[in-house]
Amino acid sequence: MRKVAIYGKGGIGKSTTTQNTVAALVEMGKRVMVVGCDPKADSTRLLLGGLAQRSVLDTLREEGEDVELADIRSKGFCSSLCVESGGPEPGVGCAGRGIITSINMLEQLGAYDEDEKLDYVFYDVLGDVVCGGFAMPIREGKAEEIYIVCSGEMMAMYAANNICKGIQKFAETGVVRLGGLICNSRQVDNEREMMTKFAERLGTQLVHFVPRENDVQRAEIQRKTVIEWNPKCKQADEYRALAKAIDANKMLVRPKPLSIQELEDLLMQYGLLG
Amino acid sequence: MLNGTTAELVERKALRINPAKTCQPIGAMYAALGIHGCMPHSHGSQGCCSYHRSHLTRHFKEPVMATTSSFTEGSSVFGGMANLTQAFKNIFTIYNPEIVAVHTTCLSEVIGDDIPTIIKKSIEDGSIPAGKIAIHANTPSFVGSHVTGFSNMVMAMVNYLSEKTGTTLNQVNVIPGFVEPADMREIKRIAAAMSANIVMFPDTSNVLDGPLTGQYKMYPEGGATVAQIKSAGDSIATVALGHFASHVAAATLESKCNVPAAFLELPIGVGATDRFISTLANYAGVEVGPAIELERGRLVDLMSDLHQYFHGKRVAVAGDPDQVIAITQFLVELEMKPVYCITGSPGNQFEKRMHEILDGPVPEAKIKQTADLFELHQWMKNEPVDLLIGNTYGKHIARTENVPFVRFGFPILDRTGHRFFPTVGYMGAVNLINQMINVLLDKKDRECDEEWFELVQ
Repeated sequence: MRKVAIYGKGGIGKSTTTQNTVAALVEMGKRVMVVGCDPKADSTRLLLGGLAQRSVLDTLREEGEDVELADIRSKGFCSSLCVESGGPEPGVGCAGRGIITSINMLEQLGAYDEDEKLDYVFYDVLGDVVCGGFAMPIREGKAEEIYIVCSGEMMAMYAANNICKGIQKFAETGVVRLGGLICNSRQVDNEREMMTKFAERLGTQLVHFVPRENDVQRAEIQRKTVIEWNPKCKQADEYRALAKAIDANKMLVRPKPLSIQELEDLLMQYGLLG
Repeated sequence: MLNGTTAELVERKALRINPAKTCQPIGAMYAALGIHGCMPHSHGSQGCCSYHRSHLTRHFKEPVMATTSSFTEGSSVFGGMANLTQAFKNIFTIYNPEIVAVHTTCLSEVIGDDIPTIIKKSIEDGSIPAGKIAIHANTPSFVGSHVTGFSNMVMAMVNYLSEKTGTTLNQVNVIPGFVEPADMREIKRIAAAMSANIVMFPDTSNVLDGPLTGQYKMYPEGGATVAQIKSAGDSIATVALGHFASHVAAATLESKCNVPAAFLELPIGVGATDRFISTLANYAGVEVGPAIELERGRLVDLMSDLHQYFHGKRVAVAGDPDQVIAITQFLVELEMKPVYCITGSPGNQFEKRMHEILDGPVPEAKIKQTADLFELHQWMKNEPVDLLIGNTYGKHIARTENVPFVRFGFPILDRTGHRFFPTVGYMGAVNLINQMINVLLDKKDRECDEEWFELVQ
């Protein structure tokens, strides 16, 4: 079983990219579980055709500790398995602790056991690594490969660089490695070249460049992944290519985060050419 | 025992060994017990509450009641509002206190529970019934110490309860600091002997030192009533004893209700008690009177009688900052040499004040605010002392180094006297002298050569 976590700046398209990629993987015949690690619990909406899921923490709150795996795991598109960690309302409690609680609970319930015959588990993690809880998926050998969703926009690159610092720290003592960057294009000038260079400087690779395409939004409005909504469209092939690249990827590294100065120099050099 | 402690000092930045402080909520819980009809409530997991209750029980040898929000995994994720609201319902239904004093714990602090909002909503939805009161103090243990927790809860009493009506009452507020019920009782005795009308809060006398009557009372007779604390806003003045435990509350009362405050130290020894008594007499508009003057005279006589035994003796003092600041001055009055003085409670005022006290009479003194008992022990190994003063946690050092030991401060888990005999006021000083002279002479009698073994001392 490959254990993958998707990180990236808030709003960059982590959940969309994850679900579309998972759709391509299940289409290929892989058995995949997606674990949404975001209090908003919207990481599996496209696979499930809507926010149909009771989150792990809601279930825990209502049922106490007598939770069954079936209560919290739903089957989505092409038998993909969907779990939402969930969390408190904005402004109260501790969402980070929530992720720790729900991942521990999934382990106790045997969601990762051999007999589940999973090929992949994907963790879709909220925004930046803000506290220990949000780093839970990359701690203690849970996720072993990280993909960072990024674009050529400056703040997205800052965030990606920051996430690399987190991975570097956990890589010292654990098995977690960086698998690469996924560019979710924002049509920034010179974006592909800049991302390729950025990935190289981090010691990793650009796994795939996902072009900007409104079909993604059209599918989202229909609560579907692109592959389910229109398997023949061009964007569906982009996600198939991304899924293949991840499936074939053997390059797992300890990232080398850039200093702020280096990052800004890179932006000056590539961002201003166009 | 602590035979492994080495004399060689190594600089330590993060590690504390045998710390000279404990958790904030212990102080908050103790302060809350000084309100009449009050249930202290610990907003966190059950373990915190159990530890704090048992620690207080071991010191006071009385059952200490407190309730807890009983956090589960779910409450730490979703916040403790549901638990605290339910707790209010249960507490007022089952235990029926007049007031609940909530303090937080590390867990509820880290997840950032908003206690004032929860209290407000609980009043609105009736979980706190009409006529009943809830107050709160934030007491994260990763900040300050038990002294800070005490101070925060006393400040909460002022913030929530004290009011100014505009009519000044003929009474003086006394905020006694983190002292024993026996000390609070003594402060009331002194005030009564001077005919000074005081309102003291918190007041744990008759709460944690009550008589055995054969009948259990969840809320004993003692404690400052809510009405008294409320009226503190109309008092002539406030006398706050102890910079660390009491000054913040007095300053809050000063700014909230315009009640002028005298910021004093704990009245331990001659000078500090003089300052307390003359300040109280001044504000209350009374004479000190012959009864108190007689006590002072008897203390001074005792000091001069025993001067030969105390003079020049090297003393190590460990404890809470207000206690250490106060007793060090008394030791200087006895012409003893407090050579090592430490506390574990944070606050720069400690070292500043201790230098003012000791730089003249004992220039070689070592004073340290961030110290622990391990370090004190190392100093004692390098240059021994004749007497150690501290709480029960000093007993291992005393035994290892064969040093006479006087238990003073919080906690005292293995002796009894602190429950009955005050250390504040002139008579409190007599009690301290009594304890010190006895341990010093006991050691001499035990160990001196036969020709020095005197029948008469």
